[in-house]
Amino acid sequence: MGIRGEFDNRQYLIGGIVLLVAIVFLSRLLSLQIFSDKYKDDANSNAFLNKVQIPNRGLIYDRNNNLLVFNQWVYDVTLIMREIHDIDTLDFCRSLHITREFFDNRMAAIKNRKTNPSYSPYTIQLFMTHLSIEDCGAFRERLFKFPGFSVQRRTVRKYSYDVGAHVLGDIAEVSRNDIESDSYYTMGDFIGKQGIERSYEKVLRGEKGAEILLRDSRGYIQGRYKNGEMDVPSRPGKDLVLSIDVELQQLAERLLKGKIGSIVAIEPATGEVLCMASAPTFDPAIMVGKQRGYNQIKLSHDSWKPLLNRAIMGQFPPGSTFKTTQALTFLQEGVITPDTHYSCYGGFDFGGLHVGCHNHPSPLPLEAAIATSCNGYFCWGLYHMMNSKSKYGSVQKAMSIWRDYMVSMGFGYKLGIDLPGEKRGMIPNEKFYDKYYGKYWNGLTIISIAIGQGEVTATPLQIANLGATIANKGYFITPHVVRKIQDTPIDSTYTTRRYTMVDKEHYETVIRGMRDAVLGGTCRNANIPGIEVCGKTGTAQNRGKDHSVFMGFAPMDNPRIAVAVYVENGGWGATFGVPMGRLIMEKYLTGHLSAESEEQVIDIQNEKIDYGLHKR
Amino acid sequence: MDYTKDKVNVFRQVDWITVLLYLVMVSLGWLCIYGASYDFTEIDIWGFDTRVGKQLVWMGCAFMLALVSLSLDKGLFFNLSAIMYVGMIVLLIVTRFVANDIKGSYSWITLGSVSVQPAEFAKFFTALTIARYADSYEFSMQNHKKVLMAFLMILLPMGLIVLQHETGSALVFLAFLIPLYREGLPGVFLLAGVCAIAYFIISVRFGETVMADGVTIVGQYAVLMLIILLMCLQLIHCRGFRQEEKWVVSLGAGVSVSLTLLSLYSMSFDLALALSIVCVCLIIALLAMGIRQGISSYMRIAFFALGSLMFLHSVDYVFNRVLEPYQQVRIKVALGMESDVAGAGYNVNQSIIAIGSGGLWGKGFLNGTQTKLKYVPEQDTDFIFCTMGEEQGFLGSAMVIVLFVVLILRLLVLAERQHTRFGRVYGYSVASILFSHVLINIGMVLGLVPVIGIPLPFFSYGGSSLWGFTLLLFVFLRIDAQNQLDKR
Repeated sequence: MGIRGEFDNRQYLIGGIVLLVAIVFLSRLLSLQIFSDKYKDDANSNAFLNKVQIPNRGLIYDRNNNLLVFNQWVYDVTLIMREIHDIDTLDFCRSLHITREFFDNRMAAIKNRKTNPSYSPYTIQLFMTHLSIEDCGAFRERLFKFPGFSVQRRTVRKYSYDVGAHVLGDIAEVSRNDIESDSYYTMGDFIGKQGIERSYEKVLRGEKGAEILLRDSRGYIQGRYKNGEMDVPSRPGKDLVLSIDVELQQLAERLLKGKIGSIVAIEPATGEVLCMASAPTFDPAIMVGKQRGYNQIKLSHDSWKPLLNRAIMGQFPPGSTFKTTQALTFLQEGVITPDTHYSCYGGFDFGGLHVGCHNHPSPLPLEAAIATSCNGYFCWGLYHMMNSKSKYGSVQKAMSIWRDYMVSMGFGYKLGIDLPGEKRGMIPNEKFYDKYYGKYWNGLTIISIAIGQGEVTATPLQIANLGATIANKGYFITPHVVRKIQDTPIDSTYTTRRYTMVDKEHYETVIRGMRDAVLGGTCRNANIPGIEVCGKTGTAQNRGKDHSVFMGFAPMDNPRIAVAVYVENGGWGATFGVPMGRLIMEKYLTGHLSAESEEQVIDIQNEKIDYGLHKR
Repeated sequence: MDYTKDKVNVFRQVDWITVLLYLVMVSLGWLCIYGASYDFTEIDIWGFDTRVGKQLVWMGCAFMLALVSLSLDKGLFFNLSAIMYVGMIVLLIVTRFVANDIKGSYSWITLGSVSVQPAEFAKFFTALTIARYADSYEFSMQNHKKVLMAFLMILLPMGLIVLQHETGSALVFLAFLIPLYREGLPGVFLLAGVCAIAYFIISVRFGETVMADGVTIVGQYAVLMLIILLMCLQLIHCRGFRQEEKWVVSLGAGVSVSLTLLSLYSMSFDLALALSIVCVCLIIALLAMGIRQGISSYMRIAFFALGSLMFLHSVDYVFNRVLEPYQQVRIKVALGMESDVAGAGYNVNQSIIAIGSGGLWGKGFLNGTQTKLKYVPEQDTDFIFCTMGEEQGFLGSAMVIVLFVVLILRLLVLAERQHTRFGRVYGYSVASILFSHVLINIGMVLGLVPVIGIPLPFFSYGGSSLWGFTLLLFVFLRIDAQNQLDKR
């Protein structure tokens, strides 16, 4: 031991202080390194820059492989202020075809924190946007002379045709809601807002990838983390082939010019929608890029509601086209046989009720009643069905069965087409009438539903689907606009047959009636030489002028197209509905229009319906 | 005695535990510097143009220096200490004038491609001198003149280093209070030091917070209460709880508590001012009692309280007028009053992130992102500990702390076994200097102490600091070895 003295105990105090400090340090280390994850996250967000790789959005083709929607590169010139040095401004301006003044103004605007609050000399700033590849080409070659500047490319949606806006839909930057409901999206991403773009968003968008880069304290990229081992490659969006025939779509939109209405055509065997036009419409190209917001607002304030896809969102009385459903129901239920004759002298008159009809032979059997679109016949049919107490027990029970028939034919509920915003239409049931009339109602009270008026409404798609169901003699496949998804089978919903409650033989009766309508009835103008067309007109009453409706299909055997035309306030079914439906069928079945038909198209195209100035 | 035999014996008597600790730390330090310099490309470790390569050279020189220190005669250090001290003072003065401005510091002498910082060696020479002085026959801690002289020996180089704008290095000289305390420096000095630090922190930290009464500043109030409390405790400690003390203690405590309650619950007035007056009254009472009864401890307590009071009222002035704005910000950041993450707090913030992100096992050698991507500043010198914390995690950084504690405690044990005051004071000086460096450096990196730029011994890059510490340590080992030889 060394020298001893009176202060020897102080060595323990000194040693104790050293130990105390060590304990303080060790507990601090514990709390920083073991009991907190915050610093790990902080270090990661310091060092890792997730460079998101946005995949190309899927392309959209029509049924004949015509490219409808594609992506076009546009180029943005960006800069990082901190890295800019020794630039020959004149040379720079010449390369970008801009003036010195523009350059100076732009640089000042970028640096101005009032106009550009997120400005930092270390981060990427936009200098110019939306350059075409040609404008950018010369600049890119000389880019090495302009340190700090770079070119970033991104895509915008482009459209080969100016038709199909409602079906194709559009994309826009995600809203706050979109981000909250799906964590896939971040600020600045694009998402389908309408049409196919929306309903097939997940297919079209692909999967974003990420490249993990290492970023140093000054913001410079120092390479890839673990040489890219942890990177996630992006998966491109899948291409879609639509069932739409773009030429048919063009024709349909031409025919509807100057009118309000819609045309829907379906391939009966597959349920594929061949065209779906809604008028008024707009050019899909105006809903892209910077002008989208402006146009969106403009269109949504338009009193003609061009944004509305009337083919699936408009709910109208189906008028006389609906008589086919009644014929089928009465036949199946045994209320009538094809030979049942009802008399009609200017309409249905019973119990003080009058439903008018036009001039035709009387009494008449079912096929003739369809061909001449006799109101009286179907009113009698419904009256007998509803009042058949011996068969159904009560009018409520009869009504319930009637409703089931309508629903089995695709009415009253959404069909389930692969487009957003479809409406269900209206098929009343017994509860509806009980509530409305307080139980005291009978077949006479509701007689107008027999001729597709009154409470009954349907979308043009449902009417076209009715055509397809009759063409198929008893079933339909849920209508859809996407025919193929790249590498993926389409949903089985769109390949499954949905049978109605009516037997095939009864359909054959109705088809004969519809054929007669074309040969010598209300649809005479629907006749196409060499093709057996079947059709049914409709003249739907409403508060204003009647709506002109047509439903038909062709050829009678092995039908390839079913079509529904609905022209609001177009007058008689024969006025607009029949010729339009015929032109659509002719175009699709023969692949072209005869010279005569072409003239007719031009006539119809130039015919404008005066809707007045009232708000719709 | 045969010279060569003596020499062999000296090497046999060297404390190999300390040498081993030294070698481990220097090697770990070099690995940390390698890690801190690595930026995804191989480093040429043998080249003199990288810090890693240079440090290898410095290490080689340090080992030579250690060998030389062990070989020299103990008497050399003892006898020449005064001359060396004077030489060092001259060198410090010269440095201030010939040094170039390196980051605001005037402490580097450039010799060709090598720069030397004399301040790093000043600690060694000062330690030797203090030890030599304390060993003199008539030296006693009770002799005020001798103590004052010792203080001057410390303050002279300290002041010169402050003039070189190396406040951090100068601060380390306060570590010499520890060996002096061990030798019998009255505890009141240590108490005064602790109080000064505590009062400073409290009055700055709570210098802007106002109490519920809306007038009194929390910091001032708390310090005044502490001063009164300490006065009472000292009275009881020195004199016991007798009649007069009872009177003073209960009056002081009673008045200050009732004043507090009064201001909180009925009227609002400046409690700090009132308590200051109470303090002054108590001091006057104690002085009067001391003079009348001739009791010196009353006087000492009164003067201590008076000093405390004056210190408190000068803190504001010192903090706002004497300290540079950047120093004020550093202190505020360390006290958690400001979290200027982009500005002054940036370094500490990034260093905490680096250490905190290391977790238990660390990210692995050369895998630290905070250090590799240069988020941590000065990462091979003052912030070298971050590399350890990030790449080796809790296990590595705790090991470093444990190594230092073991080394310091070992040095204290060695110091205690010295048969001369020279050896003991010198040993305590070495341990204390190491301790103060570790305390300040690691405390700073962990965000517990304001940012004061001093190196972590044996780890930080730099020849001067490595040589300085090597010299300091191995001269003590030489002295200790001689001590063990002489014992037999």
